[in-house]
Amino acid sequence: MFSALLRPKSAGDLARLGVLLALAALILFGALRYDNFISPFNILSCLRYNSMFALIALGMCFVIITGGIDLSVGGVAALASVVSAFASPYGWAAGMAAGMAAGLAFGLLNGFMITGMRIQPFIATLAAMLASYGLALLLADNQSVSVSYDTAFTMIGQEDLLGFPIPAWIALFAFVIGWVFLERLPAGRHVLAVGDGEATALLMGLKVRRIVFFVYAASGLLAGLAGTILAAQFGAGQPTEGVGWELFAIASVVVGGTLLTGGAGSVGATLAGVLLLGMVFNVLNFENGLGWISLSAYWQSVIRGLFLLVVVILQARISARSPREAS
Amino acid sequence: MTITDTSSAAPTVRKLSSLQLASRYGTMLALLLLILFNLAMTPNFLSWQTVNVNLTQVAAIVIVATGMTLVIATGGIDLSVGSLMAISGAVAPMIFLDTLVPIADPVLAVALAFVLPILVTMAFGWFNGMLVTRYAIQPIVATLVLFIAGRGIAQVITNGNLQVFKNPGFQFIAMGQIAGIPAQVALMLVVAAAAFAVMRYTMFGRQVLAVGGNEKAARLAGIPVRRIKILVYVISGALAGLAGLVVVARNSASDANLVGLGMELDAIAAVAVGGSLLSGGRANIIGTLLGALVIQLVRYTLLANGVPDAAALVVKAGLIVLAVYVQQRADRS
Repeated sequence: MFSALLRPKSAGDLARLGVLLALAALILFGALRYDNFISPFNILSCLRYNSMFALIALGMCFVIITGGIDLSVGGVAALASVVSAFASPYGWAAGMAAGMAAGLAFGLLNGFMITGMRIQPFIATLAAMLASYGLALLLADNQSVSVSYDTAFTMIGQEDLLGFPIPAWIALFAFVIGWVFLERLPAGRHVLAVGDGEATALLMGLKVRRIVFFVYAASGLLAGLAGTILAAQFGAGQPTEGVGWELFAIASVVVGGTLLTGGAGSVGATLAGVLLLGMVFNVLNFENGLGWISLSAYWQSVIRGLFLLVVVILQARISARSPREAS
Repeated sequence: MTITDTSSAAPTVRKLSSLQLASRYGTMLALLLLILFNLAMTPNFLSWQTVNVNLTQVAAIVIVATGMTLVIATGGIDLSVGSLMAISGAVAPMIFLDTLVPIADPVLAVALAFVLPILVTMAFGWFNGMLVTRYAIQPIVATLVLFIAGRGIAQVITNGNLQVFKNPGFQFIAMGQIAGIPAQVALMLVVAAAAFAVMRYTMFGRQVLAVGGNEKAARLAGIPVRRIKILVYVISGALAGLAGLVVVARNSASDANLVGLGMELDAIAAVAVGGSLLSGGRANIIGTLLGALVIQLVRYTLLANGVPDAAALVVKAGLIVLAVYVQQRADRS
C-alpha cells in the first residue's frame, strides 16, 4: 500500500492517495485555524466517537470488495447494543461476547440468505435490517436499556489504555487484522478475486460461496462490536440508534476509493474515509466556536454529501481516463 | 432479458409450474388471504374507516414506489426519495406561509406551493440522473449523495424548525375527498394508473424495460439510453416531491427531520414484494401497488390483533425475503 502511494499505478491508488491528501489538508486547515484543534483532548474524543463507525466501515469495505452491500449494519449495531446492555451485569467480557454474538448471528443469517437462498445482497440485508431493529425494539420494550455500572462494562467505551481510548484500540486492532488479511494472506486475494468476477473466481477453483458467506459474517461481527461500544459509551443499549449508519459506512468506503463494483479496495483508505467524514463535523464545531459564522449542525450532512459528491465525481473522472484497473 | 410484461394475463399454452403461479399471483393471493383472515379475526374490519386508514397509510408509499419501480426497471435505484420528500415538504409551507416572499393572492400562493416544490425535487432528480449517466456513477452511490445532503438541505432551509399550518386549499391533497374517496387515495390511484398506462402502451415504457433488460442492446437498437435514465430519475424525484406534499398536508405540519424518513426502504420493499426484481428489465406497477398494500395490511393485521409494532417489523422482513425468494426460484425454473 505504501509503495503504491508513492508511485500510484492505478485509478484506485490515485483515489486512495486523494483521500489521504484531503484528510491531511483538512487536519492542516484545522491545526492552523483553531487553537485547540490538535490538542490531545480533541483528537482523542474524535477517535473515541468515530471508532464505532470505523468498525462498521471495515466490515462494509470487505463486503463491498466482493461486490455486495450490507444495509443491516445499523440495525445490527442497535440490536447488539441492547443485547450487550442486558449482558453487562455479568461483566465486561460477557457484555462484549453477547454483543458480538448477536452481530455474528445476523452476519451468518445474511450470509445464508445471500449464498444459500441466493437473494440479492441489497434485499437480503434490507430485510435483516428491519428484522434486527424489530428484535432490538422487542427485547428492549421500545426503551433504551441502561447498562450496569457495577461491572467494568462501560470501560469498553469510556476508559483509556496507555493514554489512548479503548474503543480506538479495538478499532485499530480490527483494522490491523483486516489489513494483514487483505494485503498479506491468500484468503484476502480470494476476496478480491470474487469481487473482480465470480465466474472467473469459480473457474480458478475458489470456494466463492464460502468466501462471500465469510465477509457477511465478518461484517455482522464488526457491527456487533460497534453496537457493544455504543452501549458502553453512552451507558445504554439504544434500539433506535444506528439509523443511517449503513449509508455513512458506505460513504466512508466509497470516499476511501473502494469502488462499489468490487474487486478492489483498501482497508487503510477506508479508515481515512471514516476520519475524513467524521472530521467534517469536528471542523464545523470549531468554526462555529470562532463566532464569525454560525452554521447549524444541519450543515454537517450537507457538507458530507458535498464531500461524497466531489469524491465520486473525481473517481469517475479518474476511472474514465484509465478504464483498466491495474491491480 | 425480460421485455415481456409479466402482469399481462395473456393465455399461455405452456403449463405454468406451481412456483411460477406463486410468483405471478402470490402477491394477489397474499392480499386476499390477509383480507379473509381479517374478516374472520379482526373486529370491525369491514368498515369504511378501516379501509380508509389502511389506504391513506399506504398512499405516500405507493406514490414513491411507483417512481421507484421505473428507476428499478432501468436497473437503477433511488435512495434519495425520502430526503426529497423532506425538501418538498419543507418548501411548500414556506410558500403559503409567506416565509420566503409575501404572496398577496392566497390562491396563487397555494398553486405555487404545489408546483414549485415538485419542480425543485424534479431538478434534484435530474441531478441524480446526470450523476448516473454522464459521470457513470453507480445509482446507489449517486443517489446516496442526496440521501445524505438532501435532508440536510431541508433542515438548513427550515433551520430544523417545525412548521405548523392550517390551509384548507393546500391540505385538500390529503384531507379532501373526491366522490367520497380521500384525495390522497385518489391521487395514489391516478399515479399508479398513469404509470401502468405509460409502461404498457407507450414507447417510453418499452424503452425503459429495454434499458433495464440489456443496456448495451438497447443502445445498439438506437434507444436514447441516457435520456431514458435521466427521465426516470426526474419522474422519481417528482413523485417523491408529491408524496412529501401529501405527508405534510396530512400532518398539518412539516418537520424536516421526519418527513419521508426511511421511505426509500419502504418503497424498495414494496417494489420487491410486488415482483419487480432489483436487477431491472421488469416494471410491475400493479404488483408494486399490491406489494405496498400487503406490507401495510400485514402490519395492520398484527397491530389490530395485539402484536407489538416491533414484531411487525420482523414479519415484514420475513415477507420480503419470502417474496423475493419465490420469484427468483420461479425465474430460474
